[in-house]
Amino acid sequence: MKALVCVKRVIDYNVKPRVKADGTGVDLANVKMSMNPFDEIAVEEAIRLKEKGVVTEIVAVSVGPAKAQETLRTALAMGADRAILVVSEDEVEPLAVAKIVKAIADEEQPGLIITGKQAIDDDANQVGQMVAALLGRPQGTFANEVAVEGDSIVVKREIDGGLETVKLALPAIVTTDLRLNEPRYASLPNIMKAKSKPLASKTPADYGVDIAPRLKTLKVTEPPVRSAGIKVPDVDALVAKLKEMGVA
Amino acid sequence: MSKTLVWVEHDNASVKDATLAVVTAAAQIGDVTALVAGSGCDGAAAAAAQIAGVSKVLTADDAAYANALAENVAPLVAGLMADYDVFVAPATTTGKNIAPRVAALLDVMQVSDILSVEGPKTFTRPIYAGNAIATVESTDAKLVVTVRGTAFAKADATGGSAAVEAVAAAGDAGTSSFLGSEIAKSERPELTSAKIIVSGGRALKDAETFQSVIIPLADKLGAGVGASRAAVDAGYVPNDYQVGQTGKIVAPEVYIAVGISGAIQHLAGMKDSKTIIAINKDEDAPIFQVADIGLVGDLFSVVPELIGKL
Repeated sequence: MKALVCVKRVIDYNVKPRVKADGTGVDLANVKMSMNPFDEIAVEEAIRLKEKGVVTEIVAVSVGPAKAQETLRTALAMGADRAILVVSEDEVEPLAVAKIVKAIADEEQPGLIITGKQAIDDDANQVGQMVAALLGRPQGTFANEVAVEGDSIVVKREIDGGLETVKLALPAIVTTDLRLNEPRYASLPNIMKAKSKPLASKTPADYGVDIAPRLKTLKVTEPPVRSAGIKVPDVDALVAKLKEMGVA
Repeated sequence: MSKTLVWVEHDNASVKDATLAVVTAAAQIGDVTALVAGSGCDGAAAAAAQIAGVSKVLTADDAAYANALAENVAPLVAGLMADYDVFVAPATTTGKNIAPRVAALLDVMQVSDILSVEGPKTFTRPIYAGNAIATVESTDAKLVVTVRGTAFAKADATGGSAAVEAVAAAGDAGTSSFLGSEIAKSERPELTSAKIIVSGGRALKDAETFQSVIIPLADKLGAGVGASRAAVDAGYVPNDYQVGQTGKIVAPEVYIAVGISGAIQHLAGMKDSKTIIAINKDEDAPIFQVADIGLVGDLFSVVPELIGKL
């Protein structure tokens, strides 16, 4: 079974995003960029399924700027077999990304599509569900544990009240939550090897997808700042404060 | 006036709290019809009809909707949307699972996790884990929106008297089935509706210590119990305790952060709390930059002392 893994190049999760002074967005100039952490978990899960002999080939896909090639090389260094980069220097919204992934899935016919539950830049949490809808296939979102059993996959999902388990007929789409696995680091020899793995470069037009945005961003602002309050010296003072507030 | 269709989150017998904030948001967009899709869901439909601001309730009662499987529910909603302009769902794990699937079926770009309604098609929403707030306007003919519950007041659960109308079920897609769930049974208030929350972080060391330090304090205050991602990742408590951008977003009257350093990710999930109290031994911990009341000290002596004096 072939697995398609979708990865996005985003601001590194350790970097504190700064809103541009003109309110048009977040300043990404000279900022460290990395693979979306949830997508790293998706790549790792695909590799583990390959190590178990369930998955035979892993194709990593990214929609983004030419520099997203680095993100795909990371996926290849971790263990993906080949990569497809769909280049757009303009931002591509989740719906258009989903349409591109759908078109790639039509060509590649994967048994499983894995991606992060959300990207840490736009926090949309949409692509996996949209791909599933467009393909008319089932979705296992916010996965905590997955197991392929014959022609179906059992997905334990993280939900607000705890966990729930669903069984999906393959082909299926899985989106990853934090506890699914701990992604590996690529070793130096594998980073070197990844440089010679195949990486195809495409455009949205190659897949006949219109990426014109549906949402207009009118402005981007800093969130309201919460100012620091007071420090109390000891427990007695804290108790007094709690009593003042009517909590104790 | 726009016609909105609201996803009612329920357990077939009653309506979950998350729905009430969604009704408030939807009422700011237009007329509110509530959709109760479930199995044996008359109780939930009756409860939805009483929510102030709901003008009509649709019920789709079918075994296929018993567990809100997105594969079965999304086609139902997409079909009903022929008569509505905006689909509004809570940004809960259920809403987040279903709404994008509906949006794709309608060829609509969803607006996720809105914080406010600025116009008929204009909303604010958090991006970059809440480090920036974007104002976006949709150009789609129909809209799909998910709502951050803490950003809107809860509609009154009673006072309404909407008519209930049954709609035909759209059948079972036959591609997914529900096997079971592990839902923590607890007498404690749910995190998203608790008035007081006591949260613990990595400093709690292990699951036993978390239980022996945090739980008695929560018991004393009648509080809900939360945790930082670090504490969840380390296995001190299950995933449903996690407060943060990728966990639960909470806004209680009082949030007590114990041994939590205050990573951006965590702050994004609780910074709208009315009063934040932080107990941490590192006086430079970022949590103190947002705390209204801070106490620098060793939680292992501070918390037992606090419990004794409350």
